[in-house]
Amino acid sequence: MVSVVYEAPDSIEGAINLLANAEIPANVLAGGTDLIIQTNGSSNESRLFVDVKKIAGMTDATIDSEGLELGPSMSCSEFTAREDISRVFPGLVESAYLIGSTQVQGRASVGGNLCNSSPAADTIPALIVNGAQCIIAGPGGERSVAVEDFVTGVGSNCMEKGELLKQIKVPAPAPNTSDAYLRFIPRSEMDIAVAGAGVSVTLDGTGTCVAARVSICAVAPTPLLVADAAAALVGSTLDDASLQAAADAASAASSPITDRRGTAEYRRHVVGVLVKRAAKIAAERAKGN
Amino acid sequence: MAKTHVSTSINGEATEFLCEPGDTLLDVLRNDLQMTGTKEGCGSGDCGACSVTFNGALVCSCLVLGVEAQGAEIGTIEGIGDNDKLHVIQEKFLEHAALQCGICTPGLIVSTKALLEKNPDPTETEARYYLAGNLCRCTGYDKIIRAVMDSAEVMRGGA
Amino acid sequence: MSEAREFKYIGQSTIRPDGYDKVTGRAAYGADLTLPGMIWGRILRSPHAHANILSIDTTKAEAHPDVLAVATYADFVELQSKSVAASEGAADVLDLARNCLADDKALYHGHAIAAIAARTERAAKDALSLIEVKYELLPPVMDVEDAMKDDAPVLHADMFTAGYEERPSKASNIAVRTEMKMGDIDAGFAEADVIIEREFRTPTAHQGYIEPHACTVRYDEDGQSMIWCSTQGHFDVRTSTAKVLGMDLGKLKVIASEIGGGFGGKTVVYLEPVALVLSKKSGRPVKMVMERDEVFIATGPTSAAKLRAKIGAKKDGTITACQGWMAYEAGAFKGSPMMPGVMTMFTPYECANVTVEGFDVVVNKSKSAAYRAPGAPQAEYAAEMVVNELAEALGMDPIDLRLKNAAKAGTQTIYGPKLKTVGLVECLEAAKNSPHYQSAIAEGNGRGIAAGFWFNIGGQSSVTVNMNPDGTGTIVEGSPDIGGSRASMQMMAAEVLGIAPSNLNPIIADTETLPYSASTGGSRTTFATGMAVIEASESVVAQVKQRAAAVWNVTAEQVDYADGVASNTAGDDKLTLAEVCKSAEQTGGQISGMANINARGAGPSFAVHICDVFVDQDTGKVDVIRYTAIQDAGKAIHPAYVEGQLQGGAVQGIGWALNEEYIFDENGVMENQGFLDYRIPLASDLPMIETIVVEVPNAFHPYGVRGVGETGIIPPLATVGWAVGKAIDRKVEELPCSPPRVLALIQNG
Repeated sequence: MVSVVYEAPDSIEGAINLLANAEIPANVLAGGTDLIIQTNGSSNESRLFVDVKKIAGMTDATIDSEGLELGPSMSCSEFTAREDISRVFPGLVESAYLIGSTQVQGRASVGGNLCNSSPAADTIPALIVNGAQCIIAGPGGERSVAVEDFVTGVGSNCMEKGELLKQIKVPAPAPNTSDAYLRFIPRSEMDIAVAGAGVSVTLDGTGTCVAARVSICAVAPTPLLVADAAAALVGSTLDDASLQAAADAASAASSPITDRRGTAEYRRHVVGVLVKRAAKIAAERAKGN
Repeated sequence: MAKTHVSTSINGEATEFLCEPGDTLLDVLRNDLQMTGTKEGCGSGDCGACSVTFNGALVCSCLVLGVEAQGAEIGTIEGIGDNDKLHVIQEKFLEHAALQCGICTPGLIVSTKALLEKNPDPTETEARYYLAGNLCRCTGYDKIIRAVMDSAEVMRGGA
Repeated sequence: MSEAREFKYIGQSTIRPDGYDKVTGRAAYGADLTLPGMIWGRILRSPHAHANILSIDTTKAEAHPDVLAVATYADFVELQSKSVAASEGAADVLDLARNCLADDKALYHGHAIAAIAARTERAAKDALSLIEVKYELLPPVMDVEDAMKDDAPVLHADMFTAGYEERPSKASNIAVRTEMKMGDIDAGFAEADVIIEREFRTPTAHQGYIEPHACTVRYDEDGQSMIWCSTQGHFDVRTSTAKVLGMDLGKLKVIASEIGGGFGGKTVVYLEPVALVLSKKSGRPVKMVMERDEVFIATGPTSAAKLRAKIGAKKDGTITACQGWMAYEAGAFKGSPMMPGVMTMFTPYECANVTVEGFDVVVNKSKSAAYRAPGAPQAEYAAEMVVNELAEALGMDPIDLRLKNAAKAGTQTIYGPKLKTVGLVECLEAAKNSPHYQSAIAEGNGRGIAAGFWFNIGGQSSVTVNMNPDGTGTIVEGSPDIGGSRASMQMMAAEVLGIAPSNLNPIIADTETLPYSASTGGSRTTFATGMAVIEASESVVAQVKQRAAAVWNVTAEQVDYADGVASNTAGDDKLTLAEVCKSAEQTGGQISGMANINARGAGPSFAVHICDVFVDQDTGKVDVIRYTAIQDAGKAIHPAYVEGQLQGGAVQGIGWALNEEYIFDENGVMENQGFLDYRIPLASDLPMIETIVVEVPNAFHPYGVRGVGETGIIPPLATVGWAVGKAIDRKVEELPCSPPRVLALIQNG
């Protein structure tokens, strides 16, 4: 079993110091719903857990006309209860709401979901289609990375030793814009996404799509921003043909694997279905705005 | 490795314990505090048998470290109802035969209480989705949901 | 003999006496016992599906400062007496011992290789990596088809198929071949106007109880030992453990904790003999609790199966011939439930010409264990799917086809006896008239229907009813309570004694307090232990009559007893039960009734289920929209708990039909050994499960009881499988109907 060394700093600087100077492998501990399971394994190593939940700003969220500033370690149950945020980013909130059970929601966080960097992370497509920025703090100062560039491989991201995610910034959407996130699972809850799709669309007065972003997950080593799928929607009224073209583009961009949760062919097909359905929902919401 | 001293509050009572930093809250409750009402079904947050409340939020205690309980308010099955009177939810579970083997029952009662505090008037679907993280293998959930809906009605002041 | 009658207490849904402990968290389950000085045991498990074990070196582990004992199979061998080795059933004892700790072969991913006891759970787990095992890898055999091939790698060099006239000369993976037949199958098919034949596959599935296996044990200096464990049968734990360790039964006390689900999977020992060895070697009490992945890889599961069913019928729907073939995976050691599969497959139907052939086949998976009506769900799935297809081919309603051929009193079964009074016809009629069946099938939905049959068993139960001087009493019985049976025992005793159930406290005693009682399983508890409770209570009544007769100076025959009161038929005197108990000391001593029986006359329980599903044609996802479970309970002692059995069995069957299966990689290593990826149904997956309890009394139980626990898991496989097929207009052959499989059926026709 993993031997844990536990620290709970009260400042970002304190956390950076601990992470940068750790002589054993170190992890940021937010909700712990992914991390704590790992301690039960059979490897007899020591790990430093840096609990960031006592640091000001890490567990709250503010939204105004500029956009959303999200503390990465805010629990999903608190985040998804924020009507002021779900009014503006319904897809992002619904993606956070899908992570695990009610009990997992009580601890898990959007930041944790992002930093765990699983190919199937539900919040990442929704963050991508909303143009989120990751504010990373480290020994060298702060830097901002577009969320579509954050995840670099299966379970890995662009942060270096000593760095941690300090904030997620999501710019306020243009008028008549909305988003949606859908995932496919075999049951009704609890499962890891077999495929996931996030879509954001901006409509003009005639209902024509003038801007779009499409992002898919669980169908490649990292979540993907699929420009071709968005292009298929832009300029259309989201009629069946354009939706199918977007779906096909998403399927074509996928490079899924076969594992205990689904076959490659299945994932490739279903991610297309989800793009169509999510696009329709986003458009309905955008009309309502 | 030296153990960590933790001061917390469990069911409203100030409690102290020593634990390894890697011990989960579930380990601490069951092994160090002999509070075996909270059960381990999977150890990985997939079954809900270890459900407790943590600062008012419903969580799996197998996914919380014992050291994280420092300064927190924990609620377990042992804190629901008291010696001379069961909580309405406990009564309704018995009345509706909402348990067979009973191993999932403490977790379900803790979760149901959390549900009804958050949403006193859930629909059947809302109740089923809120409780989706509590697995039961014996009952097929039918009588559990009936007990939950009946509890909700009584707690709202009806029937 | 029983007849329809008015009961005073039977038939009410009382609050179960153990309920308060269960809703408060006080009830003590297998992992809830701590003893002074207790240490923790853990098991080292094979990472390989099939390997020769060349050596096990435990020296480094033994040198760890926190490790107090290490155990391997060599410890079992040392303990087993020669008489065990030579006795009947020795081969089964050896299989059991070799499953608890591997001998010279690792036979499945998860197979126990060695065990450690250490001061803390963490130390025990960490020290496992200090045990050095040298394996010689062998190719794994992972399904029946591969296992049955001529050139298949052989798991056991001494396995020669039993059941042929001439014993084969070559070892194989086929442990047993069996065939049952009656009539003339060829003539039967020749008479048929329509013949349907299909092949089916069902997956490896686990019982899925939420409580992992757990025990706390102590082995004392004089060999007197105690096991506290979660089990369906503590007497059988005593028997198995004593056999594996060469102990006298009188030296081993087993206490059944409350049990967090079993469904047949906790009728076997895994940890207990190992824990006792560790306790003996360390001199300390030892606690062993399985983690969830261990439960999946090293206990249960039920057999995956390949099956063929062929049924012929005349134009008017008369079934003329039934033929079945099945191969069941036994797991690493012989003993799948193939035989009950053979016996039950076509039993719901009266047909003179039936032949069923079955194979018990070993594969490199965990040894199979009983799972709720073991063997029947797989076989009856195949038969019921073909019956439904036959109905379609004949243009008949599927219930009408079943009614036309339904088994009833006098029907000859393939396994020997003729059925006594049974309730299949009543269940079919209830299904036909049910609100569910009467409702229209919604656009795009599919509806399935299927029947199910299970024999139920009787067997040994021992009970004493001890009366207290104040007229209250204790019912001492030996059947671990997995679903609320204590409430039924309370009511049956109350009915005989004529006093309110709350005056009687049912307890489950340990193996030192009562004579042998068979496991809680086989749907036997309300029937057999109930029968013993009734008999023991009747003995109390007989003694009460004798004591009253002595007081009144009449004969016992002149004393009536009803509603808790003894009356002198030759005078006006009355005495309540409480009054007789109060003066028991003066009239001859305390009053206690005993019954040690081997109950016969268990009545089979038939069931019929109906299911409507919706299938998302773009993703293959199946939603259960409506479900009705109809079953014959004979007499429902506690109606709510009977309904609970019907609902629980239905949902396990739904899970088996929709998403549950073991997934292995190419090396035979299980990939989904947790509740995240072994997908049992959630509350949000299901609607309410409607139930209709039919009561066709079983004449051999005083109150008409039939066991109900098991039959309910049988119909769902075909009920759901057929419904999915109707929703997508395809033939479903393989379970589970997981979304990728369903989508593939839709796309590939």
